[in-house]
Amino acid sequence: MTKYILILMAGVLVNNYVLQQFLGICPFLGVSKKFNQASGMGIAVTFVMLAATAVTYPIYTYILAPAKLAYLQTIVFILVIAALVQFVEIVMKKLLPALHKSLGVYLPLITTNCAVLGVTLNNITDGYNFIESMISSLGVGLGFLLAMVLFAGVRSRIENCPAPKAFRGVPITLVAASIVALAFFGFSGVVENMLGGV
Amino acid sequence: MKNSKLMILLRGIIMENPVLILVLGTCPTLAVTTSLKSAFYMGIAATAVLVCSNAVISALRNIIPDTVRIPCYIVIIASFVTVVQMLLEAHLPEAYEMLGVYLALIVVNCIILGRAEMYARKNNVINSILDGIGMGLGFLLALMLMALIREVLGAGSFWGYSIPFLENYKISVLAQAPGGFLVFGILIAVMNKLTEKRGGVKRKSFSCDGCPSAHLCNKTSCNELTELAANDGEGEVKADD
Repeated sequence: MTKYILILMAGVLVNNYVLQQFLGICPFLGVSKKFNQASGMGIAVTFVMLAATAVTYPIYTYILAPAKLAYLQTIVFILVIAALVQFVEIVMKKLLPALHKSLGVYLPLITTNCAVLGVTLNNITDGYNFIESMISSLGVGLGFLLAMVLFAGVRSRIENCPAPKAFRGVPITLVAASIVALAFFGFSGVVENMLGGV
Repeated sequence: MKNSKLMILLRGIIMENPVLILVLGTCPTLAVTTSLKSAFYMGIAATAVLVCSNAVISALRNIIPDTVRIPCYIVIIASFVTVVQMLLEAHLPEAYEMLGVYLALIVVNCIILGRAEMYARKNNVINSILDGIGMGLGFLLALMLMALIREVLGAGSFWGYSIPFLENYKISVLAQAPGGFLVFGILIAVMNKLTEKRGGVKRKSFSCDGCPSAHLCNKTSCNELTELAANDGEGEVKADD
């Protein structure tokens, strides 16, 4: 059990994909202007990560690895993710129109999100089993959501600040992201200490 | 004619630098620039993939149907990434280890899909190859510049060799995650300042023009998002009233 909690917390806080590993920066900078959009994007990404892991893990373990085609994983994974995103969008539109209305707009943007491909590849590299992979994906997704929501809060304040002209727009956003990333340094070691103490 | 070919090549390096002006491919830019070596390997690997994929996509531009072009591009790009992965694993295991998952993630590098969509599918093979070389070199140079700052100041070393004085006074945060954001932000600000006098560069980032996913959503997502934001804004105002 401790192991699962560690994997989860590592994804959310310690190895936060956006702030510590630089995966999924485009949506992090692009869609974090408003709190609602940021949380919507975060939830959509978490959902796609879970679905992608649930599909790619069996494909790798039961098809690619036994057939000695492991080198094809990059091609296969990106195609699976692209197809999955389309599929999810179609199903969602048909069965859950309300949810599609709120999350659907984010789905096309997720196909080329490197965090999704990154987490599926990392799960394989880290040698996780199926349950661990799912938990790791959940943790990474929640970490993405957390970073997006936190940063949306920071950003709504930056937008109203009189930054130097050269810094306006992208540069000041990156500097703010740097400070948020610095804050996340505080979490390294915390989780291990807490669980070690118990 | 010769002049225009040279322009295609040079454009990617300075005027339309994919990293510093167009702000594409941010993920690898931030992730692999902790050392000059990894930045160099990343730049070379991405350039190789970009040149090959630009050439093939341009050669097949009349064959690939418009409606399914994105999956086709992704397959072509992913194939070249796999080739580069296997080559590096066999001949440069050091680079393969260093780049890790970011090597596979060249597939989703916005620069490569972006150039396929914006350039290679509309131009002939030779121009597309030149464009690929130019953009690739621009990416490589931007990565090296960032890595130079981060490695020299952050780790007190140059290409892995420590520098006598600086190694005692290193600012180690620059070599870590927050330093990546900080250095990148300041570099873009410097670029802004430098290009300001020449009338400034029109940035295409954060809008549909610079977004490689634009065709996937037919430019609807961002517009809908903007509308959502506008509606949210109105809602907030009403709530305040």
